[in-house]
Amino acid sequence: MRIGLFIPCFIDTFYPDVGIATLELLERLGLDVAYPFDQTCCGQPMGNSGFTAECHAVERLFVENFAGFDAIVCPSASCTNQVRNKFSVDDEAGRLVRGKTYELVEFLHDVIGLDRLPRAEFPYQVTLHNSCTALRALDHEPAPEMNLPFHSKPRALLATVEGLTIVETDRAGECCGFGGTYSVTEEAVSARMGLDKVTRQQNTGAAYVVSADMSCLMHQQGCAARAGIDLNYLHIAQILNGYRP
Amino acid sequence: MSARDAILAAVRGNKPSQAVPRPDVPFFDRLADDALVDEFRRRLEQMGGRWLDPGPAEEPLAPARARIAQAGIVCSNVARLPGTRTLAAGDAPALLHDVDLAVVRAAFGIAETGSVAFSERELVVNTIGYLAQHLLVMLDPADIVGNLHHAYARPEMHAGHYLVFQTGPSATADIEGVLIHGAQGVRSLTVMLVARTIA
Amino acid sequence: MKRIDIDHAEGRSRRIDTPGHHPEREAQPRGAIRRGKRPIDHAEAAERFLAAPDHLAFHDQRLWDLRQKRDREAFAIPEWEELRDLASSIKDYALANLDTLLEEFERNAQANGITVHWARDGAEHNRIVVEIMRRHDAPLLVKSKSMLTEECGFRDHMQEQGLAVIETDLGERIQQLDNEDPSHVVVPAVHKLRADVAAVFAKTLGTDPDNHDPAYLAEQQRESNRPLILGAGVGMTGANFLVAETGTVVVCTNEGNADLSANVPPVHIVSAGIEKIIPRAGDLGVFIRLLSRSALGSPITQYTSHFRGPRLGAEMHVILVDNGRSARLGMQQFRSALKCIRCGACMNTCPVYRRSGGLSYGATYAGPIGLIIDPTIDQRKYSALPYASTLNGSCTAVCPVKIDIHQQIHAWRGIMAEQKEPSRTKRTAMKAAALLLAHPSAYRVAVRTVGTVLPHMPRFAVYNPLNAWGRGREVPNAPRRTFHDWYKANRT
Repeated sequence: MRIGLFIPCFIDTFYPDVGIATLELLERLGLDVAYPFDQTCCGQPMGNSGFTAECHAVERLFVENFAGFDAIVCPSASCTNQVRNKFSVDDEAGRLVRGKTYELVEFLHDVIGLDRLPRAEFPYQVTLHNSCTALRALDHEPAPEMNLPFHSKPRALLATVEGLTIVETDRAGECCGFGGTYSVTEEAVSARMGLDKVTRQQNTGAAYVVSADMSCLMHQQGCAARAGIDLNYLHIAQILNGYRP
Repeated sequence: MSARDAILAAVRGNKPSQAVPRPDVPFFDRLADDALVDEFRRRLEQMGGRWLDPGPAEEPLAPARARIAQAGIVCSNVARLPGTRTLAAGDAPALLHDVDLAVVRAAFGIAETGSVAFSERELVVNTIGYLAQHLLVMLDPADIVGNLHHAYARPEMHAGHYLVFQTGPSATADIEGVLIHGAQGVRSLTVMLVARTIA
Repeated sequence: MKRIDIDHAEGRSRRIDTPGHHPEREAQPRGAIRRGKRPIDHAEAAERFLAAPDHLAFHDQRLWDLRQKRDREAFAIPEWEELRDLASSIKDYALANLDTLLEEFERNAQANGITVHWARDGAEHNRIVVEIMRRHDAPLLVKSKSMLTEECGFRDHMQEQGLAVIETDLGERIQQLDNEDPSHVVVPAVHKLRADVAAVFAKTLGTDPDNHDPAYLAEQQRESNRPLILGAGVGMTGANFLVAETGTVVVCTNEGNADLSANVPPVHIVSAGIEKIIPRAGDLGVFIRLLSRSALGSPITQYTSHFRGPRLGAEMHVILVDNGRSARLGMQQFRSALKCIRCGACMNTCPVYRRSGGLSYGATYAGPIGLIIDPTIDQRKYSALPYASTLNGSCTAVCPVKIDIHQQIHAWRGIMAEQKEPSRTKRTAMKAAALLLAHPSAYRVAVRTVGTVLPHMPRFAVYNPLNAWGRGREVPNAPRRTFHDWYKANRT
């Protein structure tokens, strides 16, 4: 299986370690992974604001970059959702690429299988942050508002990590306030939501917050730092890849 | 064009063109018949209603009589539990403004919600259920239905001009979420299970 | 009047003491500034709400509390999701057959002695009510809460006509006496603290300004309203549902004030939007099971009242009001918003609403459902509202009739962008970002060069001046090199 690695723009710029962890993890699974150099972004900043027409060329570029792969893997739920469910390119090539694009957790859980994960150890308490997209669009867990049987893909993955325990954040399913461009259009409410989120994370006593979405964590990290709250934010790929502090 | 014709024409012009099937609503039966009374009581009390145990077999109405004896102006629609005032259909609704206790039999009860149902037949004057300070309700346990689906299958829905499901007393939490009973209507609602043959 | 501390579904909320006692009463934050047709600035009003910590803390916690109660009730019913599906399909059916169902309702209501009126808009609705009141020589109308009459500007109009209107719902009465709109469709005064209510009542009802006890305040309102109810010539209610099959009007309240308004005065007027129609009495089981559980987390409202005809010796009127609804029916993308049953669950769950207050939306409908209804009423005035959302989707997941609220919010952004509603700065930035992101080599140059200005801040992702991000948050540290460069160095 030839895997195309899609590293979202903000991970590329701010969190290269998350990209590296994702790549190494996939390589340790024996997969043939390549990173197409001409990739830029999924177009979410424009799409999220309603500028869908402006997204066309970006989407076209994405499809060109990733057309040749058997699967495209991305360490971000919201970017995956953008490609899979929001792209307007709807020709055959576009549909093919959209259908083959996976978010990392669902790829590991649904396509690879838990038994093939490499050994990882993380003897600490963590609290899990599921992004709104992961919960309500990608089915990492059922939407917390709905009366559905429980399952959790990220928890199943984290359960394979030795020594790791999860402690629950109060109001875990509440949005942290990032919301893409929302973080700047309504920065005051956004930052307040972030402050409330990181305060509840701090109240768990865990030293680490782990998530499949680095964009939420970028926002939360910024809010925690401003409030002087000492929490460490890690992408799930880093933990699964054996990150040790 | 009249407003009616204009609105209907606009609706006709704008409604979706595809036919949509009309779903049928099942009854969702979940409670066994012998569980109805317990569930009714649990929900009644959850909703702020009060439960009054009937008296012993030889005098089942005694607790209700005791309540009536303590009250001032009592308006009763239950023949075996006379009050101080009787109602006739057509009496002015506002006449009930000074009633302390109203006594009414429920048409039926709903276990799922702890509600009691009254039509204008039971109320005689509808405001007896609202202007009185307190309400004492006789309910036949045989008249308790499991859930709202059964309630809406009752013949009362298709007869008469008024039907209300009352669940506990008048309540509000509009000021800082603090629950207050007796917001506008009755301050308390008490249910006593008594067969129709008794009262 | 007794204050109840025991377990009770709706009011299981305990009193929430706001953190840090403030000897000086915190001023109640007021809503969005309205300047004619100029777009409402939700963000500005929200900032003022956030600046009132006592109000903010209470508002957020109270509504989250309702959401938790809603979860408890919803999760106790195994068929919950099936009920939502049913409610959604019944509403779809009702909208697809709205014309014939309205005619069926009219026929059955008339057969039971109800006079049915039709009103194209708010003005027509208000005129019909004035006419009925004049005919009965009735100077005073008591009414229960109705969002439709808010749409119609009903109270203002009646005042201009010299007719008195008294709200009988406690929360709505508080808002009326404070000359403020309801901030929430179910709990209209939820943005006020007890001291705010005490101040309003002291000024308008002459109550003790130092007594903030909710039980005292509620009792004062009950006692001041009662003679008005007893003396009113006309009573008005809204309608939660209109049943076509039986000509029944269904009204749900917790205070019983709709029943007082309808059953005491000799005339009962029902103001109902045409979308309130459902086909059959049997459908009510689905909606009544969902409504109060979604709204307040109680299995049912204290009063669920079914009016099918006038009382002996009384009159009953139903006014079927369009006011933009038939036009909305034609907006395919936004049609499903007409399925709304006004439970307020989307407001309770919305993290933005809870932190900004309903009045910050500057519209009849606040919160997520408001974001998609308000632009259908005035696209320019409410052009910024679709951006007052993180698109987190919680609103959609709680909606008892399964309106895809957050998808519609996003769709409205698309329309606003097409209509050039966002500022020129934003539009230019978006176009520039799109151009850059479509050209990999230019993009790479940009990523490297921004580093010299502000360490690696992705301007392509943030069109606003940087301080919008940095005002309440730290900017992430910029690592030495991008993943792109690392990959080039290590894997090629």
